[in-house]
Amino acid sequence: MNWYNIVFYAFAALTIISAIGVVFSRSILYAAFSLLFTFFGVAALYVLLSADFIAITQILLYVGGILVLIIFGIMLTSRANKVEVKRSTFQLVPAVLVVGAIAGTLIGVLTTTNWPTANFLPYEETARPIGALLMTQFVLPFELASILLLVALIGAVIIARREKGKRA
Amino acid sequence: MMVPNVGLTQFLVVSAIMFSLGIYGVITRKNAIMVLMGIELILNSANINFIAFTRFGLMNLTGQVVAIFVIILAAAEAAILLAIVLNIYQQLNTVNVDEVDKLKN
Repeated sequence: MNWYNIVFYAFAALTIISAIGVVFSRSILYAAFSLLFTFFGVAALYVLLSADFIAITQILLYVGGILVLIIFGIMLTSRANKVEVKRSTFQLVPAVLVVGAIAGTLIGVLTTTNWPTANFLPYEETARPIGALLMTQFVLPFELASILLLVALIGAVIIARREKGKRA
Repeated sequence: MMVPNVGLTQFLVVSAIMFSLGIYGVITRKNAIMVLMGIELILNSANINFIAFTRFGLMNLTGQVVAIFVIILAAAEAAILLAIVLNIYQQLNTVNVDEVDKLKN
């Protein structure tokens, strides 16, 4: 049992346990905080896969951006003093059946397939080659992504803005 | 350097478990923001797959570039979805996906 295995299993356990917390938590704020640990665990898995740039991007964008957005959404849409009386979940039986089938199939296929893998390569920095790829092979998706982000930004502002005096 | 015992399969299994949990969250949760969290879990699990195949497979860095695009799409999607949720909350005073059924009548 070397250190790589120990660290991997520790972070895999952190990721999965906090993901379970996201899905099964009764309080929406606790779910959001569990999501924080899931994102950190996933970033650690990226580091173990020697994807340093993606790991940093994960922390910056997911933890610093999306999670903050989610927490803002929670704060703005839940009444502060209201305890959630009603059960906050539904369709439990079909969900368990579907998810059990999906998980069983996926894990069965993944563990029985003999994946052709490359040799275990030594670590190399990835930021520079990723930048080169974005500017050469993937330049069209890169520009499309920038346009998409602009459209999403403007669209989000227009959708969320409260219109004065007018109700649809 | 010692070759670790943890291989591609372990990462893929972690990703499959996260994917299943995300699907479960999307199906069972009523609150729209909780549904969004399930979607984020699903996107993250897909990213783990891409990067694991980049590391252990034979596809250079393409998987990591695709993972960056997935993260970008997740950010855009979260922003739009939260704007829609805020608007629905202002109009209908609820964020539960089963109570937003104005179009039914």
